Amino acid sequence: MPKIIVQVMPKQDLLDPQGKAVARALERSGHQAIKAVRIGKRIELYYATTPTDAQLQEAQKIAENFLSNGVIEDVVEVFIEQD
Amino acid sequence: MKIGVVTFPGSLDDRDAARAIRLAGGEPVALWHADSSIKKVDAVVLPGGFSYGDYLRCGAIAAQAPIMKSIIKKAGQGLPVLGICNGFQILVESHLLPGGLIRNEKQHFVCRDQKLRVENIDSAWTSEFQVGDEITIPLKNGEGGYIATEETLKMLEGEGRVVFRYLEVNPNGSMNDIAGLRNERGNVVGLMPHPEHAVEPGFGPDSPVAMRSGIDGLKIFQSVLKSVITA
Amino acid sequence: MIIDTVKQSKIEPDKDQPFAALGLKEEEYDSIREILGRRPTSSELAMYSVMWSEHCSYKSSKIYLRQFGEKVTPEMKKHLLVGMGENAGVVDIGEGLAVTFKVESHNHPSYIEPFQGAATGIGGIVRDILTMGARPIAVMDQLRFGAPEHPDTARVVHGVVDGISFYGNCLGLPNIGGETVFDKVYQGNPLVNALSIGALKHEDLKLAKADKAGDLVILFGARTGADGIGGVSVLASETFDADGPSRRPAVQVGDPFAEKVLIECCLELFAAGCVSGIQDLGGAGISCATSELASNGGKGMKVQLKKVLLRDESLTPEEILMSESQERMMAIVPKKHLRAFKKIVNRHEVEYSVLGKVIRKDRLLINWGKEEIVNVPPRTVAHDGPVYERPVRKPKWQKSLNEDSVQSRGLYRANENSTDLASQFVQIVSSPNQADKSYVTDQYDRYVGGNTALAYPDGAGMIRVSEVSGLGVALATDANGRYCQLDPYQGAQLALAEAYRNVATSGAKPLAVTNCLNFGSPENPEVMWQFKQATTGLADACLALEIPVTGGNVSFYNQTGDTAIYPTPVVGVLGVIDDVARRIPSGWQDEGNNIYLLGVTKDELDGSVWAEVVHDHLGGLPPTVNLSHEKALAELLHGASLQGLIASATDLSEAGLAQALTESVLRFNMGARVWITEICERDAVDKTAALFSESTGRVLVSVGREDDVKFVGLCDARSIPVLRIGVTDNTGELEIQDLATWKIDELRTPWKATLPELFG
Repeated sequence: MPKIIVQVMPKQDLLDPQGKAVARALERSGHQAIKAVRIGKRIELYYATTPTDAQLQEAQKIAENFLSNGVIEDVVEVFIEQD
Repeated sequence: MKIGVVTFPGSLDDRDAARAIRLAGGEPVALWHADSSIKKVDAVVLPGGFSYGDYLRCGAIAAQAPIMKSIIKKAGQGLPVLGICNGFQILVESHLLPGGLIRNEKQHFVCRDQKLRVENIDSAWTSEFQVGDEITIPLKNGEGGYIATEETLKMLEGEGRVVFRYLEVNPNGSMNDIAGLRNERGNVVGLMPHPEHAVEPGFGPDSPVAMRSGIDGLKIFQSVLKSVITA
Repeated sequence: MIIDTVKQSKIEPDKDQPFAALGLKEEEYDSIREILGRRPTSSELAMYSVMWSEHCSYKSSKIYLRQFGEKVTPEMKKHLLVGMGENAGVVDIGEGLAVTFKVESHNHPSYIEPFQGAATGIGGIVRDILTMGARPIAVMDQLRFGAPEHPDTARVVHGVVDGISFYGNCLGLPNIGGETVFDKVYQGNPLVNALSIGALKHEDLKLAKADKAGDLVILFGARTGADGIGGVSVLASETFDADGPSRRPAVQVGDPFAEKVLIECCLELFAAGCVSGIQDLGGAGISCATSELASNGGKGMKVQLKKVLLRDESLTPEEILMSESQERMMAIVPKKHLRAFKKIVNRHEVEYSVLGKVIRKDRLLINWGKEEIVNVPPRTVAHDGPVYERPVRKPKWQKSLNEDSVQSRGLYRANENSTDLASQFVQIVSSPNQADKSYVTDQYDRYVGGNTALAYPDGAGMIRVSEVSGLGVALATDANGRYCQLDPYQGAQLALAEAYRNVATSGAKPLAVTNCLNFGSPENPEVMWQFKQATTGLADACLALEIPVTGGNVSFYNQTGDTAIYPTPVVGVLGVIDDVARRIPSGWQDEGNNIYLLGVTKDELDGSVWAEVVHDHLGGLPPTVNLSHEKALAELLHGASLQGLIASATDLSEAGLAQALTESVLRFNMGARVWITEICERDAVDKTAALFSESTGRVLVSVGREDDVKFVGLCDARSIPVLRIGVTDNTGELEIQDLATWKIDELRTPWKATLPELFG
């Protein structure tokens, strides 16, 4: 099924405690090369047919207004993915 | 005096909030998330819990509920609204209060008797306190870390909009030890700790007087009853 | 998809069937053929295999569990509204109210996937409680992990605690206590037991039965997916041997939000009188729910399996029958109530589908479209499974273990060296099993509901049931695997005695018992001997204390390779208190109160925390139990608390007086001056025994000066040995004369630090 992918990340300058905790765990297990970790979300919206441009724009809006919270998160990418 | 308590799917402390209102001398009115009317209540409490399982983001789905439309509208007209824990998260997601609430710094849920300092009493929900009062109220959250941009923090501090601050221990990594906020007008307050769990002797946090008998939360509900009368 | 049908089973009567891979023995398979008069269809085979598994059928334990129903007096049954055999027992607590409670294991899933295993364990026990028509009001959990310093222990601890926190908190049920125990015997097989309690009005009681032909069979809640397929028979009946073919199916994934919605939805359905019978779907899913409902009602059922709402359309009928997808319920709904039923489930946005109806004939008929795939007598699936009297044999090592005592070893006692003795004191009270557990309990919500009267660190949990009168219940659970390894008969009695005493020290009157019996493989005669001893000991003790077992759970196959865990019968005691405002605090609150030790101290250090922590030793015989003394003690505490004579009470058990003193001082930061010389003189024991002996039947109480004479008189009248051993004070210190003086923080800091240092 064709889908639109929405990728959301915590804002660059804000604390990401989840990422921080994972980074610390990686460091403990010897992965010194990894300097930081940030964890976001990938959201998949499924469509019956390949989404139109208008639907993509609509998804962009949904992503900004509902799927992410602009105060703490950024929508980094919204794109169509075919299987 | 009628105070509405909204139940969303996954709300947990709704009955407790209703009990607190009753103990403070008010009349609780049950409100349902799917209704659009708030039934002529004089104030509204958004209780704690995990509305919609806290999926997507805490409070995000609840903020879209039909009843929130009228609450947001009425809040703009001065209706006193209190958001406790998940309710605070809903207020933030509804943009009635600025900033955001993220996962606790230590990555797990914490339940503890939390000391707070009352920082501001110019709100519908804090008028019965004195500035500087130190109170103990249970805190229990997994995503209670308050964050905001530096600019917002400066504005909040400058305008005296931080109403409660964590004392001794910052349990969740909140910026500036912020435990509770108000809006500019003072009718909307959100806080992470649960005042409704410190209203009845025997079922609250330990107090110097007796075991599990702290009732510091009661004043929050008494404040709104008074402010609605005088308004 | 090729479907094996009843018709096909007759056309192809000798088809080879994989009964062994499904966990069925050849004799069991033969008896299925005999019951049906033909070979089972693959769907029937799936149903029988899962319902006849150890986990669902109790085939190895049944003959011993009967004792709990037999060793009772009419007096004991007086408060029982529902006894053993239902989803959970129901106890009358007065004022037209009742409570239902039960403890259940989720051990195996929690080792494989600690987070989801523990989470769904909570979900399952809460649905059991809900099924009785009750609103769930609290949970507790009994956890046993491997050695604290073992590298794998942190994985399991974090996963299990997070899972309970995630699921329990999201349901809005206060967690009012439990147990956290570490021992290397649980390394490859942790125990995750969960207890839930619910409250209801007598008239709201619901039973899992379909007893009226024509009523509709409705499945509602979450959709059915490929969760834990075969988990019941395979997961719970096989050990964790990593080698060999992996038959571990996916563990179930829990959705606490869906469960919370389901709880509210069910309670509304009950209140509206829409359902005539209800069953939750846990282990064995639809197989279990349909066969039990029909069998309990003495009726049959006709079901269209294609009506089941699926999450994954590719599931086969066999898989649908066995799926353990969580957060599902099956209701029996009279036709005239269907409209009301729909209205309520729709309001909660809960999905449902009408699968079929109850029929007069006692056959369970399941169709897949037009094809009949199941046609069986429901009783043969649900209740008439095999029963085994497995061989029992006292372990070969038992005698030498019992002879290897603290005495015979001549283990060093620091009686003459106060510095050593004082450092043993701190070492013991801050050892992982005795240290502060708030690292765990602070991850659980204990406040939600606003009715929590006692919770950790108090010895028992207590919950108010009636906001009008203050009527409430207290609950405590206990188990000591070390004692049970030394003597399973006595060990089980010790667990009961301790839980009973904990409830009594809270001010409540003990009323009923639940248990979760965690043991190794029943196919091992030595394990079966332990099981026989433990159940017999428990049943005998319940009779002596006059409190009935109302239900419980057996978990076998708790072992790694051939090594079984210590027998660990977790025993939960429920008590009732007319007004929770009368509860007794578990620590000292006021200065100038006299501290009394009730009961007698013997030199009982075998199996003790002292032997474990100081000497890494397990051997000898566990402490003796005197049940009539326990009963008198409980009556004394109850009487004294009614008269308001007791300021605090703490029971003495693991780590003896040392632990009781520490907990009493730390609870509210109240200091004390204590002397132990009189214990040593009166009871003819040394200082080590006075401090660390685990003799039963002892309680530490504090009494205001004004109530002194009355209290001591009460003890004398009941012939309870009483000795004044100290006075509380606000010096901020605990002083034990001729031993040591600690600032309270010198005890609190190490006591608090242990678990965060290991797992934080």
